[in-house]
Amino acid sequence: MDFQVERGGRASKNAAITLLIVLSALTAGPYWLNAGHQSVLMEIFYFLALAQLWNLMAGFAGVVSLGQQAFVGIGGYTLFAAIAWWGIPPLVALALAGIVGLLVALPVVHMVFRLQGAYLAIGTWVVAEVLGLGVSQIESLGAGSGMSLPIEVADSIEIAFIDRDGVLYLGALFLLVTGNLCAYGLLRSRFGLALTAIRDNESAAAASGVDCKRVKLVVYLATALGTSLLGALIYLTKFRISPAAAFDINWTSYIIFIVVIGGVGTLEGPIVGTIVFFLLREYLADTGTWYLVILGLLSVAIMLKWPAGIWGSIAKRFDLKLFPTGRRLRVSDREL
Amino acid sequence: MSLLEVRHLAKSFGAVKVADDLSFMLEKGAALGVIGPNGAGKSSMFHLIGGSLKPGAGQILLDGADITALRPEQRCRAGIARTFQVPQPFSKMTVFENLLVPSAFGAGAAEPDGDRYCVQVLEQTGLLRKANQPAGTLTLLERKRLELARALAARPRLLLLDEIAGGLTEHETAQLVETIKEINRSGTAIIWIEHIVHALTAVVQRLMVINFGAKVADGSPGEVMGSTIVKRIYMGIEVA
Repeated sequence: MDFQVERGGRASKNAAITLLIVLSALTAGPYWLNAGHQSVLMEIFYFLALAQLWNLMAGFAGVVSLGQQAFVGIGGYTLFAAIAWWGIPPLVALALAGIVGLLVALPVVHMVFRLQGAYLAIGTWVVAEVLGLGVSQIESLGAGSGMSLPIEVADSIEIAFIDRDGVLYLGALFLLVTGNLCAYGLLRSRFGLALTAIRDNESAAAASGVDCKRVKLVVYLATALGTSLLGALIYLTKFRISPAAAFDINWTSYIIFIVVIGGVGTLEGPIVGTIVFFLLREYLADTGTWYLVILGLLSVAIMLKWPAGIWGSIAKRFDLKLFPTGRRLRVSDREL
Repeated sequence: MSLLEVRHLAKSFGAVKVADDLSFMLEKGAALGVIGPNGAGKSSMFHLIGGSLKPGAGQILLDGADITALRPEQRCRAGIARTFQVPQPFSKMTVFENLLVPSAFGAGAAEPDGDRYCVQVLEQTGLLRKANQPAGTLTLLERKRLELARALAARPRLLLLDEIAGGLTEHETAQLVETIKEINRSGTAIIWIEHIVHALTAVVQRLMVINFGAKVADGSPGEVMGSTIVKRIYMGIEVA
């Protein structure tokens, strides 16, 4: 019998073209966007990247961590320490931050993976708190009150004709795009098949020969690496860091909000979630604390009404996939 | 050497014994039927052989090698595939993708070869028309068939079937019996837990009865069904 395995579809082709146009426009951002818009977009980029990483880990591999702020903080502080202590150029320090994040994650993963479900979530949170407290004991990093980067560092970030803001903006865009491409490639690969199976049913995945623990480990470490890189970039743009802000649980709360309302376990969900998150922030910025109350209520409402999230519900109704990771079977040239 | 050897397997949850000094052997390519009242420990035996449950005592040997310490995925790779009594599909993946998982990770097949085998299994189990449907949208009977198909995609030497005929019509049961016979003829050993005894006896050469986690009878279907102990505890018939 003749058969073919297809990857993709019409919607995905259109999506790819649209995406390419949008990305080209965004890459040219430093030329046509003002500093204010650039900085908002940059924030959107790194929140989306953080959310996508958490989604891969929690939504697919089922490792629901409440401690991603640990790696935002480690990344940020590694960058500051590398610059302040050893005078390492910022962009090199950025790469170093990713490596340090990975090194911290190695012992952490062996501790928290002894736990499961809610216990793992609490465990990761505790680890983040401990790391934050640890950092706040280091005098040469400003202890509890934190530190700022020297002004010369700010000027050194310019590359050729692109100014500092432009470089940071493009850096965030670069991390977002490579992160998403990696996630997409990963999910389409053999490894992605295992990851998707774990998302749907872990015991059946194990009974089908999938080494669930190894898959989770790999995803956790990759997420730690990416989150640390992003943490470093975020604090490079902020120029000021403190333990309370860098190791704040709110990093993870916002990320979870984005993923949950967008649609957990899909690549498209976090994109929708990030857009909603920033729209809400834009319109609710003046309401103070009410903003957080509304975010909380909204996520509870969506979890109850549309557990698959906004994208998940739309995709199900219209059988829509913008970034297809699945495999469709065609036998003897007819669609089944 | 036997394909599977279960030695003095024991497991209890508090006072409830789900396996009580359970021992038996299965030859390569053989077919064994397992019956017993509800809650007798039949599915638990599959959990123990499949590795999702760790025994309190005893050993499980596959081809003479002790696999008691192996995790479920390692046992799948070693050649043991199982179906779940309550179907556990990868619900958001398509039926075809459901099969690709054990094909890639259980049988270790590369894509073109594995894809071809999965298509064959879909055809054999009558699921080809449903190939691109998300498994979560299947009916209960189709899900049971998917359990069988997914286990087959791992290309096992030992197939554990847990009540896959329940709820089928007479005609469907006959079809299923043919499929299982065919699988067995191709060399795959089978242990089949089923309440529908006539379906079992159409396939298996040997029947084992379990009650309170212990083996109470083991032999040819005629012998076993005729024994007084089976009539008393399994059939619920008072024998004077």
